[in-house]
Amino acid sequence: MSADNGRKTSKVASTNGTEPATPSRSTKAAGAVANWADDRLGLAKATKGMSLRKVFPDHWSFMLGEIALWSFVVLLLTGVFLTLFFDPSMTEVRYEGSYDPLRGVEMSRAFASALEISFDVRGGLLMRQMHHWAAMIFIGAMMIHLMRVFLTGAFRKPREVNWIIGCLLLLLGTLEGFTGYSLPDDLLSGTGVRAADGFMKASPVVGTYMSFFLFGGEFPGDQIIPRLYSIHILLVPGLLLALITAHLILVVYHKHTQWPGPGKTEANVVGPPLMPIYMAKAGGFFFIVFGIVAMLGGLFTLNPVWKFGPYDPSKVTAGSQPDWYMGWPDGLLRIIPAWETHLWGHTVSWNIMIPILIMPPLMLMVLIALPFVEAWVTGDKREHHLLQRPRNAPTRTAVMAALVTFYGLSWAAGGNDIIAIKMHLSINEITYFMRAAVILGPIIAFIIARRWCISLQRHDEGKLLHGYETGVIVRSPDGGYAEKHLPISETAAYVLTARDREEVYSPDAASDDAGVAAPGGRVAEVAAKMRGRLSTLMFADNVQKPTAEEMHESQHHAEHELHELEHQIAAGPNKHGPTSDH
Amino acid sequence: MSDESNIEPAHGHEGDHLPEEPIANPGLPPHEPRPTDVDPEKEKRAERQVAALFGLSAISTVLFAVAYFTLDVGDNWSTFGSLGASTVALGATLGLALLFIGIAIIQWARKLMGDHEIVEMRHPAYSEEEDRQRALADLKIGFEETGIARRPLIRNSALGALALLGVPAVVLLRDLGTLPGDKLEHTIWGRGGQKITTVVDGKEVTVTVPLMRIARDAIGTPILASDLEIGDLVNAQPEVLFNPERYYVDPSEVEGINLQINKSKASLILLRMEPDDITPGKGRDDWDVNGIVAYSKICTHVGCPISLNERTTHHLLCPCHQSTFDLANSGKVVFGPAGRPLPQLPITVDDQGYLVAQSDFTEPVGPSFWERDYDRDRFGDDD
Amino acid sequence: MRLLNRSAGRLSRHRRGPIAGLVVLLLGLLMTGGLYAVFAPAQANSTASQDELAKEGRQLFLVGCAFCHGQNGEGVLTQDGQQYGPALTDVGAAAVDFQVGTGRMPMAVPGAQVPRKEVVYSEDEIAALAAYVASLGTGPSIPDADMYDPDTLSSEEYDDYVTRGGQIFLANCTACHNFEGSGGAMPRGGYAPRIRGVDPKKIYEAMLTGPQSMDTFSDGNIPPDDKKAVIAYLDRINEQPSYGGFTLGSLGPVSEGLIAWLVGIGALVGFAVWIAAQTTRTSGKKDGADA
Repeated sequence: MSADNGRKTSKVASTNGTEPATPSRSTKAAGAVANWADDRLGLAKATKGMSLRKVFPDHWSFMLGEIALWSFVVLLLTGVFLTLFFDPSMTEVRYEGSYDPLRGVEMSRAFASALEISFDVRGGLLMRQMHHWAAMIFIGAMMIHLMRVFLTGAFRKPREVNWIIGCLLLLLGTLEGFTGYSLPDDLLSGTGVRAADGFMKASPVVGTYMSFFLFGGEFPGDQIIPRLYSIHILLVPGLLLALITAHLILVVYHKHTQWPGPGKTEANVVGPPLMPIYMAKAGGFFFIVFGIVAMLGGLFTLNPVWKFGPYDPSKVTAGSQPDWYMGWPDGLLRIIPAWETHLWGHTVSWNIMIPILIMPPLMLMVLIALPFVEAWVTGDKREHHLLQRPRNAPTRTAVMAALVTFYGLSWAAGGNDIIAIKMHLSINEITYFMRAAVILGPIIAFIIARRWCISLQRHDEGKLLHGYETGVIVRSPDGGYAEKHLPISETAAYVLTARDREEVYSPDAASDDAGVAAPGGRVAEVAAKMRGRLSTLMFADNVQKPTAEEMHESQHHAEHELHELEHQIAAGPNKHGPTSDH
Repeated sequence: MSDESNIEPAHGHEGDHLPEEPIANPGLPPHEPRPTDVDPEKEKRAERQVAALFGLSAISTVLFAVAYFTLDVGDNWSTFGSLGASTVALGATLGLALLFIGIAIIQWARKLMGDHEIVEMRHPAYSEEEDRQRALADLKIGFEETGIARRPLIRNSALGALALLGVPAVVLLRDLGTLPGDKLEHTIWGRGGQKITTVVDGKEVTVTVPLMRIARDAIGTPILASDLEIGDLVNAQPEVLFNPERYYVDPSEVEGINLQINKSKASLILLRMEPDDITPGKGRDDWDVNGIVAYSKICTHVGCPISLNERTTHHLLCPCHQSTFDLANSGKVVFGPAGRPLPQLPITVDDQGYLVAQSDFTEPVGPSFWERDYDRDRFGDDD
Repeated sequence: MRLLNRSAGRLSRHRRGPIAGLVVLLLGLLMTGGLYAVFAPAQANSTASQDELAKEGRQLFLVGCAFCHGQNGEGVLTQDGQQYGPALTDVGAAAVDFQVGTGRMPMAVPGAQVPRKEVVYSEDEIAALAAYVASLGTGPSIPDADMYDPDTLSSEEYDDYVTRGGQIFLANCTACHNFEGSGGAMPRGGYAPRIRGVDPKKIYEAMLTGPQSMDTFSDGNIPPDDKKAVIAYLDRINEQPSYGGFTLGSLGPVSEGLIAWLVGIGALVGFAVWIAAQTTRTSGKKDGADA
C-alpha cells in the first residue's frame, strides 16, 4: 500500500549533510592545477562546448552501449599485451616449448607463440582468454545496444547518422573478431580460414583470384596470418577507434535521449550531471566490465588451442564452429539446400553465396535502411528526443522481433550438431525443421509481437481510463462480484500519455502532408500507395491515447465509482479498505 | 534546479493541430534526499563501506602479485584441483580488484555524491538559419570562383585523371599472390606415373615415376591392400609427402607450407566395404580394389576435411555443415548443402600389393570455384 | 598457497621426483587396478580351459543372446529380410568384451544406436561369452594389458607416445569424437559417444572391432603400437590440468558463446540495472517517473 501522498519538501540544503561549506585543501589544490592548465591550454573555453555539468539521463538501458565501449578498451589493453609476445609468422618450426604433447610437432611460429603465451608467459593465458571473452562481449553488447536504440525509437531524427555509424561498428567488430579468431593458426581457426577460402572462391568471376591474392598463392600459403594480423591490429582497430569517437561526439552533440516523465520534454534533458555522478558511474562501470572480463578469463577456458593442435588441412574436429557472432551465417550455410548451377563452363555456388555473400550484407543494409524507411512511411520530419516504449510502436517492435527471430534461428542452426547430441535429436531432422523455421519463424514472431504490443497498449488505456486493478473484490447488494479499480497516480498517467498521436497516411488525402511528392509520375503514385499501405500496417491497429474529454469523462466516472465503493466498504464487513485517493 | 516554465510539449517547427493533451506535464517532482543525506550515521556507514571496498580491491591486487610470483607455469603448472592455478588465481584476483573498485566508485556516487538531477535545454541539431545561409553562400562563391561549371574541359579532364589513379591502387595489389592457373585442378597424386627427366649419376635420364602409393596419415607408412579389413576407414595421404625421393621429388616441395598446400588438396579417405555394397559409377568399374574405395577428404561445399563415416551405411558426414556423401555410390550427396559428389580417386595395387592411385583425381577437389567446368572433368558424372 | 597440489599439475613424467612417481604408481594401481580386476581377460589367468569356458559361455548365450543373434550366433533376419540381430561368427572375443563389458549388450530396446549402460553380466560370465563367440570363427581376441595400458610405458616412451598419439588422434578420431573426446553428432540421430575417461582396454577394443556405426581401425589400418599411442594421448589430456579454468564441457565455440551471453552479458546488464537504479529515498515513495 502506498504511503501518504503529500510530497515532502527537502529538509536539507543542496549539499550533503555534514559537508563543510568552505573549500577544502584538496579542492584548492585542484583549482590551482586547473588554473595552471587553463593558462596554457584554455581548457575552460572548451567546456563551453561540453559542460562538465552536462546532463546524462539515468536508465539501465542507456548503459548497454557502454558495455561495448569498455570492452573495447579492455580489448585494446589486453591486445597490446598479446602483441608483445605473438609472432604472426607462418614459418614452420618444430615446437620445443613447455606443452609436451605437442613437443616435436611441426607448426607455424604463430601457433608456437600462441602456445608460448599460454604456457610460458605468466598471466599470458589469462590475457589471451580475457581478450577473447572481451571480443565476444564487445559484439554482444553492440547488438543489445542496437536493439535498445531501435526498440525505443532512439534512431529517429536527428540521430540517423549515429545509427549508421553504429551499424558499421557492428560490421567492423565482427570483422575484427573473425580476423582475431584466425590468428593463432590452430586447427579450429584454420578450419575457419579454410571455409573463408571456400567463400571467396564461390564469388563469381573474381573469386579464385581473390583467394590466390589474399593467401599469397594457393591455400593456405604462408601469407594469410601476417596479413590478417595487420588488418587485426592496425586497420580495423583504427577504423573502430575513429568511428567510436565520431559515435560519442554525436551522442554529446545531440544530448542523450530520455524516457518521458514528469518535467521531461522534447526540449530539455533531465538527469545527473557528467561531473561527478555520470563520470563516477561510467568510470565505475569500466572497472566492472574489466573485472567481469578478468573473472571470465580466469575461470572459463576459451579456445584451448593446445588441444586443437596446429592447423593441418587434413585434420578436423567435431563441433567445428565459428565464434558466436559468425554463428548465424554458419547456420544458414548448414541449412541451405545443395543449390549449385553450372552455366557456360562456370560454376555458381548458391549454396555458399546466399548464406555468406548475400545474407550478411543484406542484413546490414536492412538495418541501415530501417530508420529511413520508417521516416518515409511516417513522413515525420521532427526531431525526437523522448523515447517510445516498444509497445507504443507495435509494428517497429514486431520488425525487430522478426529480425531477432531470424537471427536466433539461424544461429541455433549453426549449433545443430551440439543441439543434436545434447538433446538427442537427429541432425537431419533439425536441419529440415530449420529450413522451414527461418522463413516461418520471423513471420510468426512478427504477428505475435505486434498483437502483443497492441494488447499492452489496450492494457495501458484501461489503466488510464479505468484505473488499476486493486485486487479488492466487492460483492454488490444484488449478489454479483466485481473487482474494484482505482485511478493511477497523475505521474503514472502522465507517463502513459506522453506519446504522440499517430495518423495513418492516406495517399488520396495527402495534399496537406509534408512528405508527399508532387503530383504526376507513375512512380510517385505507386510509392504513395505503398506508403499508405505501410502506414496502415504501422498505425491503423494501434491504440491511441485517450483525448482530454475521454480522460475527463472517465475520471468523473471513476470518482463516482470510488465513492460508491467506499460507501459499500463502509457498509460491509471490510473496514480496512483504501483510505487515500492515490 | 528545474525551470518549470520550460516544460511545454514540443512539436518541432511544424503546425500544431493535435488535440489537447489528456494530462498536462506535472513538472519535475521535488528533490527527495537520500537517507545518507539526512542521517549522519548512515552517511558515515556508507563512507566506511566505500573505503572498505577500495581496501578489498587493494588486498586483491596484492594477492594478484603474490599469485604471479608464486604459481608456476611452463612445464610444471601449479594446480587448484584440476584447474591451472596461475590462470584461475590471476583472473580471480584481478577480477575482484577491478570489480571492487568499480563497485566502490558507483556506491560512492549513489550514496554520497550530490545527487541532484539537473535540467539542460536542448538545441535543435541544425545550425542557426544565419549560419546556414552564410555557409551556403560561401560554398556558392567558392564554386563560382573555381569556374568548374563554366569550364567543362577542365572539369572532365580532372575527373578523368583522378579516376585513373584507381589503376595504381589496383595494380599495386597484383603481387599479393600468384595467379591461379590450373593449380586447383591438379593434386600431387598425379605425380605417380609421370615421365620425367632427372639426373642419375651425372647423366640425364628419363624415368617413369612409380604410381603414387597411399600412405597412412600421421603414421606415414604405405598400405597393403591385404592389410585392410572390411569396415576399415583409413585417413590417408600420398606417400610422396613422407618419402619424396621415391617419386623424384625434392624434399623442400613437400615441407612446410608446400606440405600444407599439398595436404589441402590430396588428403584422402580410404574405405573397405563389402564389394557387393558398391554401386560403381559410370566408367568407374575398376576404380576400387576388392571393395576398397578412395575419395577426396576435402568437402565439396567449403573445403572442410571430412571423415565422419558411418560404417553401416557408408555415409560420410562433414562436421562443418553436415553435407553427407554416399561412399558406396560414387560419393553422391545424400544430404546437406554440398552441390557436388566427393571426387573419387581411381586406385589399384602395385606389384608389391600396395595400394596406389591409378592417376590424379579426374576432377578438381574441394569447394567449387567460378572457373570450375564440369564438362572438363575427365569422367563426367552421369547426373 | 600451501594448499596447492603441485605434483598433480606436472606435465612430464620424466620430470617427476621419485616420490611423485611412486605416488602416481600407487594411485594408478588403486584406480585402474579395480577396473582391471573387473574386466581382467579371462584367458590370462583362468584355470578353466578354453573349451570348458566356451561351453559355459554357450549356456549363457542361449539364454541371453540367441533370441537376436541365433542359436549358433548365425544372426537373425526379420521376415522382410532386414537384419534383426547380426551374425557373430567372425566378430571375435574383443567385440564381446567391448559390447557386453560396456553394457551395450544385451540391448534393452532395439534402436539406431545402443547406448552405454549398466553392465549386466559378471566378469566371469563375460569371459565365458567371449570364449564361446571366439570359438565360432575368427575375429580379434581380447587385447593384453601391455598392448593398451599407458602405465606400462616408461616415462620417456610415454612422452613420445603422447606426441605421436596426439597426431594420430587428430587425424583419425577427432572428426567424430571431438578434440577432447567429448563426442559429436552423426547422421540421423546417431552420435559418436564421449570417450573421455573411458577404460583404455575398451578404447582399444572399440578401435579394433568398430562397434555399431564406427569404422574399424584394424591392426592393418592403425598398427597396435599406434593404437597404444592414441590411448596414451587420451590418458594424458585426461590427466593434465585444465590450464585455462573450467572447460565448459569441451564442446567448442557453442558453449563458449552461451557463457559469453549468459554470464558475461548477463552479469554486465545486471550491473547496469544496479548502477542506474534509483537509490532509496527518505520519503520511501518509489519514483513514478520510472514506471
